[in-house]
Amino acid sequence: MTVLQTAPPPPATRGLAQLSDEALLSLVASSDDQALAELYDRFGPVAYGLALRILRDEALAQDAVQEAFLGIWRSADRFFAERAKASTWILTLVHHRAVDLVRREDRRRGEPLESAPEPLALTTTEGEAALGYERRLVQEALAQLTPEQREAIELGYYGGLTQSEVAERLDQPLGTIKSRMFTGLSRLRDLLAQAGLEGSYP
Amino acid sequence: MAADPHSLVAPYALHALEDEEGRRFEEHLAACERCREELTGLREAAARLAYAAEGPKPPPQLRERILTQARNERRNVASLPARRRSWTLPLGAAAAVAAAVAIGVGTWAATRPGQSALAQVLSQSGSSLLPMGDSGAVAVAPNGDAALALNVPVAPKGKTYEIWVIRDGTPQRAGTFEGGSSTDVRLDQPASAGSIVAVTLERDGGVDRPTQSPLMATKAVS
Repeated sequence: MTVLQTAPPPPATRGLAQLSDEALLSLVASSDDQALAELYDRFGPVAYGLALRILRDEALAQDAVQEAFLGIWRSADRFFAERAKASTWILTLVHHRAVDLVRREDRRRGEPLESAPEPLALTTTEGEAALGYERRLVQEALAQLTPEQREAIELGYYGGLTQSEVAERLDQPLGTIKSRMFTGLSRLRDLLAQAGLEGSYP
Repeated sequence: MAADPHSLVAPYALHALEDEEGRRFEEHLAACERCREELTGLREAAARLAYAAEGPKPPPQLRERILTQARNERRNVASLPARRRSWTLPLGAAAAVAAAVAIGVGTWAATRPGQSALAQVLSQSGSSLLPMGDSGAVAVAPNGDAALALNVPVAPKGKTYEIWVIRDGTPQRAGTFEGGSSTDVRLDQPASAGSIVAVTLERDGGVDRPTQSPLMATKAVS
């Protein structure tokens, strides 16, 4: 099989691949750039996919991902004051950078959200296979929300709209939007927790 | 209209508040345990939405751009005492951070220039990293100095995790910890060549001999 993209360089002899995301962040907090590289290899693809969905522009998406990872580099020590998983902290940072950028650029209004997803490249590495598994899991969970819940969440999370803008766009009272976001996100949390119990990636 | 501040937790988790609304909600959050707890779960669910966004791979040069800039920034701050050794800190550091957060002084932890125990051991030349379980590792320096980084659930009430250095079949106590996703503990026993490091779950306060088989263990230190 032809390998089109160079695989990420092996993390030397230090076995960084064995470390949890949290342990890697602790190394990043002490300015270990190999640990940052390992985190990028784990989260870069999903970060870029998200940024591109929000920003719809490759250059801006790259900027958002770069700012997010440099944010991780500069403030990894702050993570330990958070009650969150490292993956949540990292992806939240990426999401905030991308949304802040799209608001600044004002690129989001009026565009349809149903972007045709690009066909997924053949999965070649274990990391990509795991990413595909997680993607299906979340997509299936999203599909189980009511269309109203899904719409409110997608306009907010991927569209970068504020709750007031979502309310305006859908011509619904603000309270209704808050409630759809809350019930939808709670349901998503429960569905994902349930899916996590039922099967895990081999 | 004075909206119920609790109702903003989901829009906040989705980053769908105006800046000013967001700041006001953060003030509420600082005082509302219920919202903080709710936010933890909702934010995790929101973050996982990232995976559902399909797209092409990032261009390969993005990785290099990020790493180059990160290294440049580090060079500029190299004179700061970030690598200062703080031998008194590591054992209690994770617990101290947890305690600081629990009583709401997260900024103390955020501004602490400390280094994790794991990073301290790894900064010694010739140190190596041994995998432990699915999501952990033990760093060991040539002099046996060792630290453990793990992502495990917090120990149930009345229980504690206990670390053992096992040499020639004899386990020696090497510290206890509470668990959590950011567990980072320095061992208070050296892990010399040929020994293995293991973790068991014991009653609070720890015990002198393990009462159960290890939850996880490393291979022998080389």
